[in-house]
Amino acid sequence: MTFELPLLILLVVTAAGAIMVKDLISAVFILGSYSFALALVWALLGAVDVAFVEAVVGAGLATVFFLLTLFGTNEKDTHIRRPPVPWTAIVGLPILGLLLLYGAGDLPAFGDANSPASIHISPFYLENSLEQTATPNVVTAVLMDYRSFDTFIETIVIFTAGIACALILRKGDS
Amino acid sequence: MGELLQTLIQRPNFIVFAILFLWGIYIMTAHPNLVKKLIGLYIVQTSVIFFLVAFSAKEGATVPILLTDTASVDALNYANPLPHALTVTAIVVQIATLGVSLALVSAIYRKFGSLDEDEILEQLK
Repeated sequence: MTFELPLLILLVVTAAGAIMVKDLISAVFILGSYSFALALVWALLGAVDVAFVEAVVGAGLATVFFLLTLFGTNEKDTHIRRPPVPWTAIVGLPILGLLLLYGAGDLPAFGDANSPASIHISPFYLENSLEQTATPNVVTAVLMDYRSFDTFIETIVIFTAGIACALILRKGDS
Repeated sequence: MGELLQTLIQRPNFIVFAILFLWGIYIMTAHPNLVKKLIGLYIVQTSVIFFLVAFSAKEGATVPILLTDTASVDALNYANPLPHALTVTAIVVQIATLGVSLALVSAIYRKFGSLDEDEILEQLK
């Protein structure tokens, strides 16, 4: 827990950098470092699989996607003057923030082993997955055995996204 | 009010989630540059996943990879694996939506020659 607070501050600082920097290429690289900070926080929370996926897909693939887009388009944020803030943001965001803060009191405490998320069905997977699937990694057992159809059909999502990108970026259509 | 403040101080994860979520939504609504809007979208998506993963942590527990070969496992010693399994799926879907929206942005740039929302709206008039 001692490392967590500096990492959380690093997270907010890198996100602020990605949002505020004018040069879009720099903003994208700072966003990659934000993803790596996020992966570190997740590894610290015990979510190693999520940290791997975030480091590979979030920090790697997303940065490559952003850079490919920027190389084909304009690399600078050309807007010089600050635009007026839309009134929906002025009204809506404080309400949303107050609702989030209001709901914070009902959340289980951080690291609570008896929180509702951890007592209902998750002990079943931890206690029985080795016997039923012979896989020591419980996340792999859930993804590839208990919910394998979900994971399998997720490839259709990726396929659809690839088809959509190919159709959008097709050259020579009127 | 003091009670609410105390609950917030005990949950630094939630404060970071709220800051990133609201800031990302603000950038998505207010910033005129399309790529910056997508950076805001990415920050919103990752903040929500961050919020979900924070539920899986247990005090004094290790990663959900079983250390023993015997069948008896105490669930209190391992982090909750279900949010991890669900968020791994969510990260991949997030990248799929991000890829499609970046393709749309470059198609818009090809047609209008600009990434700026105001200039595009000007040309559309």
